[in-house]
Amino acid sequence: MKSNTNNSAGGFEFDDVQSLIRFGNARLVESCFLLLKIADVLAAREWLASADISTALLKDELPEQIIQIAFSAQGMKMMQLSDEIIEGFSDEFIVGMQGDESRSRRLGDIGENHPQQWDWGGSVEEMPHIVLLLYSIKGGLTKFRQQLEDDHFITAFEVSGELPTDELGVREPFGFVDGISQPRIDWEQKQSTDIHQRDQYSNWLVPGEVVLGYRNEYGLYTPRPLVDAEQDELALNLPQAEDEPGLRDLGRNGSYLVIRQLHQDVIGFWKTVHRESDLDPHKADELAASMVGRKRDGSPLISSSQRLIPGISRNSINNQFNYDLDPDGIRCPVSSHIRRSNPRTGDYPPDVNGFLSRMIRLAGFGQKRPDDDLIASSRFHRLLRRGRSYGPRLHPEDAIRKGAEKADRGLEFMCLVGNINRQFEFVQNAWIMNSKFAGLKNERDPLTGTREPLINGAETDKFKQPTNAGPSCITHDMAQFVTVRGGGYFFMPGIRALRYIARVKTKKDGDSV
Amino acid sequence: MTPQSNFLIMAVIKPERLLELREILGSMTSKPGFANPHNELVPFARLDTLHVARFTIVEAKTAEDICQHGVPEHQWKTSLAFLGDCDGSAELLLKTMVDIAEPGLRKIFSTCEGFNDQQSVLNWMLSHDIKPQANYINWVGRTVRQVHEEAALHKSLSGYMQQLVADKGDQDIRAFRQDLLTHVELEVEAGRLTITTPEATPAGWKLRNLIHMFGIPVMLLLISPLILIFSPFILWKLRSLETTDPEITLRPDRSHIQSMSIQEDHDVSNHFNVFGDVKPGLFRLILLKFILLLLDYSARHVYNRGFLTRIRSIHFARWVLLDNNRHLFFASNYDGSHESYMDDFVNKVAWGLNLVFSNGVAYPRTRWLVKGGAEREHLYKKTLRRHQLPSEVWYKAYPGLTAFDLARNSRIRAGVEQYPVDDEAIREWLRLL
Repeated sequence: MKSNTNNSAGGFEFDDVQSLIRFGNARLVESCFLLLKIADVLAAREWLASADISTALLKDELPEQIIQIAFSAQGMKMMQLSDEIIEGFSDEFIVGMQGDESRSRRLGDIGENHPQQWDWGGSVEEMPHIVLLLYSIKGGLTKFRQQLEDDHFITAFEVSGELPTDELGVREPFGFVDGISQPRIDWEQKQSTDIHQRDQYSNWLVPGEVVLGYRNEYGLYTPRPLVDAEQDELALNLPQAEDEPGLRDLGRNGSYLVIRQLHQDVIGFWKTVHRESDLDPHKADELAASMVGRKRDGSPLISSSQRLIPGISRNSINNQFNYDLDPDGIRCPVSSHIRRSNPRTGDYPPDVNGFLSRMIRLAGFGQKRPDDDLIASSRFHRLLRRGRSYGPRLHPEDAIRKGAEKADRGLEFMCLVGNINRQFEFVQNAWIMNSKFAGLKNERDPLTGTREPLINGAETDKFKQPTNAGPSCITHDMAQFVTVRGGGYFFMPGIRALRYIARVKTKKDGDSV
Repeated sequence: MTPQSNFLIMAVIKPERLLELREILGSMTSKPGFANPHNELVPFARLDTLHVARFTIVEAKTAEDICQHGVPEHQWKTSLAFLGDCDGSAELLLKTMVDIAEPGLRKIFSTCEGFNDQQSVLNWMLSHDIKPQANYINWVGRTVRQVHEEAALHKSLSGYMQQLVADKGDQDIRAFRQDLLTHVELEVEAGRLTITTPEATPAGWKLRNLIHMFGIPVMLLLISPLILIFSPFILWKLRSLETTDPEITLRPDRSHIQSMSIQEDHDVSNHFNVFGDVKPGLFRLILLKFILLLLDYSARHVYNRGFLTRIRSIHFARWVLLDNNRHLFFASNYDGSHESYMDDFVNKVAWGLNLVFSNGVAYPRTRWLVKGGAEREHLYKKTLRRHQLPSEVWYKAYPGLTAFDLARNSRIRAGVEQYPVDDEAIREWLRLL
């Protein structure tokens, strides 16, 4: 579906989209995430009106520093956006990641993970108003930040916290190469979202799954705040809503940013894995790889699929695979982390290849195995990840030595989604934390899961590796390796939306001053 | 095998006793909406044929919607629904329940109209029992006892298996199986495991089932010429209604959603109540009844072994027409979170939802009865939540187990009782443990 009534860049409106939505900015290895409270609304508006927020437009000269900005619901309220506008956002954004016991229960934010224990964002009072993401090439961050925090900035904002981050390397704190799998945004919208055309897994993702204001994988528009320009003159700044041309779209070209600070017990993980492998380092590596779903160097446990996956380049051998040929989980355990976070499923099980087979499956027949067709179709639950790790590096070989130093290390998990509930929360609840994922027997994600027993007392602290021989290999009594230390749901606005929030006035013909 | 039955006891609540009733029912829970199986009023755990049960206060929260059809609001008096699914005769279960819990039941039902202390509780309940238009059972004939026994068998085998692997890691798989079988025999002898042979299927039920299985298609065949003749009219009327039915896009209140989410995800399964108006007009009513007839038929004869089209996560579900066909009440027991339940329905069986629920007021517009509707993901989810009701108390006899777990446990038992086809079958069986 070709859209864009407000086409300004000859294609997608990249000049209105913040850079992070299109680029991971891996070149900019230094980063710093400032948690801001708005100290003075007028000063904040002035600052936001002219803030140089980098866009997704590809420039000839690549920037050496960029800033990205996102607001929490509290932040939007503080900026004095009307209740009506705020109600245009999703319930989960408005209430917040921490604001509802039922949500916390679903996400696994219980026990050690409970918001009451968080370092930041654990309550409405602690929730930052704004998250300012600063990125820089090596050596440039300190100066960049000094320049940023000038008098004007200090009047407008109070830095209530700062998320720790480390220089971007290729590996995450447990020692595994990360960031290999990402959905590929179909900016030109060539792939169909029709339910009859998506039997198999594809890595292409329609823009609306990440960017608000465009059609999502259902071919429909995710609700977001729409403003009547006749009642609110400043709204003339905003792009028109594609699905309701009479209204202006505050969400267009924006996205929801989910942040979760995940502390990683690197020592605990490697010691456990070594202990369970009779202290044999090779076996330990194998066990760790089974839990993650990839070897430390990033190579998957599954060999390349025969069919090329659309949206993944032929050369990405570490990403050209799916699980169709490993239903038992012998090569890559069903419970492993990457298999849970992206099961690479299509709308139908792999054997469906035409109208008749689809109809048979639709009616519930044609099952090849008792456990097939248990997992939802992936395309409705993808996450565009933008996380950065933090803390001192600890090599796996050092982690198992006596006297290995505990430290604050982990991942600032960040993802961009169009629908927090259906994408992030779904992956977290129905896949990662689910003790019955894909018909498993009481196992949660071995790497990132909690070990909360079920209501009937059944333990969930096991990890099962099926084997060809028959009896499975079971690791028992695993501790929790990842703990949530903070988090929040934020709205990353388009540039025009940002200027609207800053209350930039419009000239008569609709252009902003 | 012992087929399951159901009951739905419905009674109007005396308005001045409503608050008291909520407190009474609340006292039966250990978590919000979650039954304490040993509560003092109705100790569910002592009813060994009861699979699931709930007490729900049925309120009309979306009564105004129907005014958009040009029809005045239906008056619905807030009522108490006490429903459940059990093995064998529902009447027998209710009788046992009265034997065990008469004082508790009296206390609860005394808040309802038409109940007085003199009469028999059992008779009162039976006279208020309503049968569903369509009823779905995940596995017809799987009893509560079978569920418990097979779960215990699985646990015992898994535990022993781990020991075997540790002691005799490399032995032949046939030897493994033999060891496990011996272990089961010893456990059964010692009385630590029980494996009861299923009872013979009641002849009366078999006969009725057979008559139904052939009778309905025959009946449909007989009226098919009529349907064929009237099909142009039917299609025209359907499209005309579909294009003119009002589109109600109200957003559910966050506090309403919270009143339900607070009850969710304590167990691996959840419950669901939906209550709404049937769209006005004879056409919609006949269509709905016809669809429910087909649904009930397919649930009884096709989808009775663990799956309802592509969905394997529903334990029990029913569709009930209430108040002289003015209201539709849907109650289900399913595995996983509300969001994953909605996801399954929107992505795997939207067409099925549309067939039934498009005849309910405020359902998203459909096209040709099966297209649109639930495919309109966000609108569908909104309208479901708006029409959803919390239960005061919900009970499930096997916490921590999903329908898939139950099916797997039956396969494990089959692996014990039946001789394996080949070595690969043994390996597959061992993999289940």
